[in-house]
Amino acid sequence: MGDLFTDTIVISVLAATIRIATPLILAALGELIAERAGILNLGVEGTMLMAAFAAFIGAYATGSTLMALLLAVLAGMAMSFIMVFMAATLKVEQVVTGLALNLLAAGMSLYLYKAFFAVEGQAMPTVAVMPVAPIPFLSEIPYIGPILFTQKVLTYVALLMVPVVWFFLYRTKYGLEIRCLGENPKAIDTKGMSVSLRQYGAVMAGGALCGLAGAFVTIGSSARFVPDITNGRGWLALVIVIAANWRPSGILIAALVFAFLDALQLQIQGIGVQMPYQIFLALPYVLAIVLMVLKSRRGRSEEPARLGVPYFRGER
Amino acid sequence: MQPFLKVDQVTKRFHKVVANDRVSFDVMPGEIHCLLGENGAGKSTIAECIYGFYKPDEGTITVQGNPAGLTSPRDAIARGIGMVHQHFVLVSSMTVLENIVIGTDAARPILDLKAAAARIREIGRRYDVDIDLEARIWQLPVGQQQWVEILKALFQGARLLIMDEPTAVLTPQEARRLFQIFREMTADGLSVILISHKFDDVMQSDRVTVLRRAKVIGTVNTRETTKEALTNMMVGRSVELRVKRDEHPRGAPVLEVRDLRAANDFGTEKLSGIDLTVHRGEIVGIAGVAGNGQGELFEALIGARKTRGGSIRLDGADITGRSPAEIQRMGMGYIPDDRFADGLVGDYDIQSNLILGHHRREPFARRGLLQFRAIRDFARKAIEELEIKAPSETTRTRSLSGGNAQKVIVAREFAQATKVILANQPSRGLDVGVIEYMHERLLEKRRNDFGILLASEELDELLGLADRIVVIFKGRILGEFAAGTADIERIGLLMAGQETAGKAEEIS
Repeated sequence: MGDLFTDTIVISVLAATIRIATPLILAALGELIAERAGILNLGVEGTMLMAAFAAFIGAYATGSTLMALLLAVLAGMAMSFIMVFMAATLKVEQVVTGLALNLLAAGMSLYLYKAFFAVEGQAMPTVAVMPVAPIPFLSEIPYIGPILFTQKVLTYVALLMVPVVWFFLYRTKYGLEIRCLGENPKAIDTKGMSVSLRQYGAVMAGGALCGLAGAFVTIGSSARFVPDITNGRGWLALVIVIAANWRPSGILIAALVFAFLDALQLQIQGIGVQMPYQIFLALPYVLAIVLMVLKSRRGRSEEPARLGVPYFRGER
Repeated sequence: MQPFLKVDQVTKRFHKVVANDRVSFDVMPGEIHCLLGENGAGKSTIAECIYGFYKPDEGTITVQGNPAGLTSPRDAIARGIGMVHQHFVLVSSMTVLENIVIGTDAARPILDLKAAAARIREIGRRYDVDIDLEARIWQLPVGQQQWVEILKALFQGARLLIMDEPTAVLTPQEARRLFQIFREMTADGLSVILISHKFDDVMQSDRVTVLRRAKVIGTVNTRETTKEALTNMMVGRSVELRVKRDEHPRGAPVLEVRDLRAANDFGTEKLSGIDLTVHRGEIVGIAGVAGNGQGELFEALIGARKTRGGSIRLDGADITGRSPAEIQRMGMGYIPDDRFADGLVGDYDIQSNLILGHHRREPFARRGLLQFRAIRDFARKAIEELEIKAPSETTRTRSLSGGNAQKVIVAREFAQATKVILANQPSRGLDVGVIEYMHERLLEKRRNDFGILLASEELDELLGLADRIVVIFKGRILGEFAAGTADIERIGLLMAGQETAGKAEEIS
């Protein structure tokens, strides 16, 4: 076990932590914006999956990372458009809608993948993975450089999005209005402002971030697309929002903690510790459950008071 | 002089229900204009039309001589109309400042709250109102939350303030202060539309427009009318405003509460040592501003809320910690304040609601099976005796009016209770006729030697019904007054927590 603690291994685990945290941060931030607007979007997993597929197709067809990202963002926004249309316009039960979106994505991504590629017996199609983009000078700092500044562009974007989303939510009038939607949408309505317009904006902006998260899962880390490639990361993002107590800074911390467990698990598997690796695979989810239990005993929650409650104007 | 606001022949329908039927009235600059009417008469609906929240089906609303064409509150705000809703529309986790600024011109894309704060403080100074702009709404008492709502409207440049039942949550002193400030506003040329059913408020207005069943009955100058005349206009018949409470000897203690402690659902202590005794044949009134522990007290007494200490005795037997089912079986009945949330199952029919909680007992159930004939007979009898207006005993209670729903609860609880009736705001939101009925039934139970604990936010109701009035503030009983000696001033001060005001007058 002593091997676990040499410099190179520590650095590699921590660098992997940041890498693994990337889609979690992006998806959780996206979900945070939606939930602050009062919409509980349980379709994160499916949204990520569709975006992951879209990014893969984009990269495969055009060879351009930018096109791939653009397609992923559009896919994320399209999925969240369905969500918000059902929730804000039709005022359908949000939990059911979100679950339906996940089923839709699981089936649809697989179907489309088969429709595009699957000729039995052929080799799996691959795309180029986003390259690591070390930041000049910064990446040469000992320890910190290889951990923080030798990552992919999307990872930098994810880390930057934390303060950006914070600024948006807490320092702009749009953020103020969105937070208001989650707490008391009538306060927006009685000022003559449209509740649903703002919810569309918030949920679809969140969907765009989710799209980036999905893109990272394929073109950011894997050359292939396989069914269910998101592998529960979307669900983890939902837990992260709760663990973060609905705060951007909390999302960064919670995502890093989950990612660290995952990175550790990979490392342990790698050096061949005699333990069923499934136990370590389960670690992040065990922690998630523990966090949920703790959360129920915590005092003042920042959970939006009207999360998941459709807004009706109250005309009889 | 040109009226600031003119409402002309406005009709508003919700599906088939006509909420406003050709309503017309006007409001002059500098006027306090009261809209008076029973629940469902259409006061709030016409107010929401003026505020642009509802769109009238017919008729016109004119502001300063120009047709307003209001399609959204945004239009109304632009024309100088502000509204303070009965249930405040505030975000409790946000600061006062954020609540006021949201959605106004002061909120630029990137928030700059300093300039806005300065302007708000200016308005506050003008009317001598001091509120910590950085405080979060949930930290403020309701009286101050109302100020946030008023500041919100004034900050947006309101020249006409619509106040929906503003004094419902205030102590008498706070209400008086509110009216002083209304007068300062009207001296500045602002107008106030006051929606109320409290005559103390109504009589401080300049003119009153009375609505009944969606129609305007008439507009009168307040100085030239009387409470009785207004009540006749409002109800359509003459009403005995004072209840007749005859002398009745009180008996032995039947409900004894000692040092009762309990917390709310969030673990915050809401009852901090309540001592209270109710005798047979006595109505004890609980006065207090909403949220001072009344709800928790009633729930603790009926067994629905865990206590943290102290004891409750019903007719000598210790019932502390017993279940609601046991306590009800021992003779206690409970009329909760939120009748649709705690008193009824809205999707059940009337007959099911009438036996709820007693459905395991004979004659409603035998050997574990419900006896529908007995249930139906009981329900029909209750519907007839209490004049519950419903098509049949199988009507869903959700579709009943507040008054008829309340009668279902009363029928159930009064039929089963044998010793004590707990009534938390039994007449809230009801029409005068039903309130009269409620009062008569409570007095009848008193004559039958029941002990009755009655909480109300209407001091007049307590003064009229109760043999003794106790004041509850922050989970403690601050003072006690015998019916004859009760002084509305001192009760009001105690309701605001000014203990010294009542101490000297306390009777033991």
